[in-house]
Amino acid sequence: MEQPIILECRNVWKLYGASADSFLQSHGMQATPEALRRANIVSAVRSADVTIRKGEIFVIMGLSGSGKSTLVRCLARLIEPTAGEIRFEGRDLLGMSGPELIALRRHKMGMVFQHFALLPHLTALENAAFPLEVQGIDRKTRLDRAMQVMELVGLQGRENRYPHELSGGQQQRVGIARSLIVEPDLWFLDEPFSALDPLIRREMQDELLRLQARLHKTIVFITHDFDEAIRLADRIAVMRDGAIVQTATPEELVLNPADDYVAEFTQHIPRAKVVRLGTAAKPLGPGPFAGDLTASLRVAEAADRIEAAGLPFRVLAGDGAPMGEIDGRTVIDILIGREVAR
Amino acid sequence: MRRWRPADLLFWGGLALVTLVLSLASKQIGAATGWKWLTKFPKGWELHADRAISTAMKWLVEDAALGPLRFRDLTRLLSALVEAPYFVLRDFLIDGFQIGQGQQAVPVLPHVSWLVVVLGFGLLAHRAGGFRLAALVVASFLYLLLFGLWESAMVTLASVAIAVPLGVGLGILLGIAAFRFRWVDTGLRPLLDLMQTVPVFAYLVPILFLFGFGAMSALVATIIYAMPPMVRITTLGLRGVPEEIVEAGRMSGCTPRQNLWKVRLPAARGLLMVGVNQVIMLTLNMVIIASMIGAGGLGFQVLTALRKLDVGAGVEAGFGIVILAVALDRLSQAIARRGPVVQAQGGWMARHPRSLALLVVLLVSYPLGVLLPALNSFPESWQLSTGSFWQGVISWINLNLYDQIEAVKVFALTWILVPVKQLLLGIPWPWGLALAFAIPAKIGGWRLGAMGLAMASFIAASGLWPEAMITLYLCGVSVVIAMLIGVPLGVWAGQNARANTVLTLVIDTLQTLPTFVYLIPVVMLFRVGDFSAMIAVVLYAVVPAVRYAAHGIRSIDSQLVEAGLVSGCTPRQLLWKVKLPLAMPSILLGLNQTIMLALSMLVITALVGTRDLGQEVYIALTKANVGKGVVAGLAVAFLAIMSDRIITAAVNRKRGEDHA
Repeated sequence: MEQPIILECRNVWKLYGASADSFLQSHGMQATPEALRRANIVSAVRSADVTIRKGEIFVIMGLSGSGKSTLVRCLARLIEPTAGEIRFEGRDLLGMSGPELIALRRHKMGMVFQHFALLPHLTALENAAFPLEVQGIDRKTRLDRAMQVMELVGLQGRENRYPHELSGGQQQRVGIARSLIVEPDLWFLDEPFSALDPLIRREMQDELLRLQARLHKTIVFITHDFDEAIRLADRIAVMRDGAIVQTATPEELVLNPADDYVAEFTQHIPRAKVVRLGTAAKPLGPGPFAGDLTASLRVAEAADRIEAAGLPFRVLAGDGAPMGEIDGRTVIDILIGREVAR
Repeated sequence: MRRWRPADLLFWGGLALVTLVLSLASKQIGAATGWKWLTKFPKGWELHADRAISTAMKWLVEDAALGPLRFRDLTRLLSALVEAPYFVLRDFLIDGFQIGQGQQAVPVLPHVSWLVVVLGFGLLAHRAGGFRLAALVVASFLYLLLFGLWESAMVTLASVAIAVPLGVGLGILLGIAAFRFRWVDTGLRPLLDLMQTVPVFAYLVPILFLFGFGAMSALVATIIYAMPPMVRITTLGLRGVPEEIVEAGRMSGCTPRQNLWKVRLPAARGLLMVGVNQVIMLTLNMVIIASMIGAGGLGFQVLTALRKLDVGAGVEAGFGIVILAVALDRLSQAIARRGPVVQAQGGWMARHPRSLALLVVLLVSYPLGVLLPALNSFPESWQLSTGSFWQGVISWINLNLYDQIEAVKVFALTWILVPVKQLLLGIPWPWGLALAFAIPAKIGGWRLGAMGLAMASFIAASGLWPEAMITLYLCGVSVVIAMLIGVPLGVWAGQNARANTVLTLVIDTLQTLPTFVYLIPVVMLFRVGDFSAMIAVVLYAVVPAVRYAAHGIRSIDSQLVEAGLVSGCTPRQLLWKVKLPLAMPSILLGLNQTIMLALSMLVITALVGTRDLGQEVYIALTKANVGKGVVAGLAVAFLAIMSDRIITAAVNRKRGEDHA
């Protein structure tokens, strides 16, 4: 049932400062923020553990300065972690040589950047084809292939524009096209929509979900926007001061925040949009039932039907076995945010 | 405003007082004590670095060899490599292609028709900046044709066309090296400082020695002069590429080499083009100056006119340089600004209509030129000359305004120039050395003081103390006047949009003019001497004073101005209490630039008879005395470097105080 692990990192540290290496060796894993500060070391990432499975959208959420961008750059090995272990598809990422790493990036990884990072002297099409260009693939082949990804991201007709002639949203579509052209297994998105207007941002989130439904990539998505995280994530890692505070599904985060810091984010999130029927369900009663609903449905998605029926619904687990029931009363409790004793 | 601390006041006041007294009384003290060495640096103590340099240079040129390869052969090879494309271009533009030498030469192909050149530049300008730019460029070239400056202009253009790609290419390569390797950067930095501050005449001498009188020397000097900003800008541009773009390149699977050539360098394109523009302008400036060592061209026309005091020819050729400078500047700026644009689709012909048209005209012009000689060489009967007109204007001014001009000149000389000169020349050199330590040490710490002392000692020990003092005096007076004119203008332009438009236009034009051009009107009106030199220096050096003051005023946070207004400031208070203090770092940077430009112009003014270090360099140039030229050149560079370091230290200290 569980998908294979694509990327796994254990106890990754990234410290900045003159004595960063020796400090970590002498203090081991007991390096507290206070000790670090005393030694004049800036800790960007502290003892991060992340496991990312094939086909999931894994969101790393944190405010600015929380170390999320540094962590994702460590995962892509754009910067070298001070300590720790990172395995990509079972191979030791940190032990790879330069050429191995280049080969890996040419075939297995793609990345989208916050400020698009398009090359100003290339057209949209040439930008999208750039990863193939550096592989030495001939011009016609790579531009044909780029044309396909441009269509995939909905940019046909604008291939020959230069980046400065495109809107922010369009530029980011080019960035997405470029990152997808090598058909990567692992797709990094570093705050891809943060520089866009709110309306465009929503549109792009929908676009991402549409693409993911079609491509089934393994995604590492960085954001500072908790709403965005909730919307997209299969699982979320919340970061604070360089450390991962909690890694969980959106539902678990909302229902069982690990500490006040996480709760601070979750308290404004409408429960109904996060909580699934399987979690909200009460023990199965005698019936009668208005019908069956799958446990993975979100409460908000089923609320109208449940409320209108007047009778409870049976909730079925993934394998079709009934696991409980849900009625209008429960739905309303969740909708209006009333604390329910469960 | 910052209040003076009593200790500071005592220090500066005391220093000024002692200097004044010593300067006025040095002769008497010298006479009373019998210490002749006090007023005049003893001959026996001199270093004679110049002789050593001359000997070394001689050895290098005549005897130095690495195995069978003599150094002289190396320079000859280099000459041949650079000269070959230059002469091809010259043949194409002016001389025509020939087979054989001298009397037996058989013309193969005449030089290209002027029409093709004008059309070519016109089309390029149209592509880069539309019809207006094309009109400007075509008009500029027509001027050169009409006033009979075509051949000189083409010689100049050929030099520029060879020197610019070389300067840009070498600059980019060195810039990349400095970006990749820290040790190259640390090694290159002081060298670039020197290249930019050593006056041009100073390295004309050794170059003349190595490569002989002619086009090659001129090209080498030009490249040395024009390349440093390209190196700096390349390094700066490569460093300035956003980290994300570099990461995007790495994530796309670029090798380090691909990341440099395919990502960083193209991404820095905008800044690089600014560098190219600078190289073009500096090249033009130097090609004009290098006419003195055989570059020929427009500069040579000006030089001959200056020597003959032929007002008309001088003014016309001067305008020719100005026009060529403005045209090349606007054209290269337009090309730099024009980002990539959508290309027309279709075959080569459809995508390059202009190139196609030019090619057709080029091919047709040769056979047509046989039928119509006017197409080949612009006929003399069509040419104009305003020479007599300019002669008339100058004569009229000299006849009718002579008294007024003379009065101004005499006033400036008696009340400003001569007293300052006497004061500085009067300072006994030991006290001068003390000042060279005390002033920088007070402002920038003892290290800077030691540096000042070392540099001043070098100047004194080279027997150049009086010349250095004259340089200091001319430069100082000119800079003060330039600042007094420039800063108020800049402040005005910073607050008034219309003034800004006008002043920007004037400043931009002034800045594109090669230094040589400034000498023409000055000499015509004021004859030779210190006063003329001062006027030329002020004109040239006023530009950064205006520009930086305006920039400083304009870049003040508008909230701070509003805060001042809300606090009830009158416009005058707003200016003195808010805007000027905030603009001060920028104004000081302008001062720095003004001093640099003043020093570089001062050396050129040696041509109009000053008695300073520039004259020393110029004499060395005419006598081909390498050692003397290099030493005097270094002395000028030291003055420039010291003033730069002192002002930088002062700005940093001020910033530090503001933040404290």
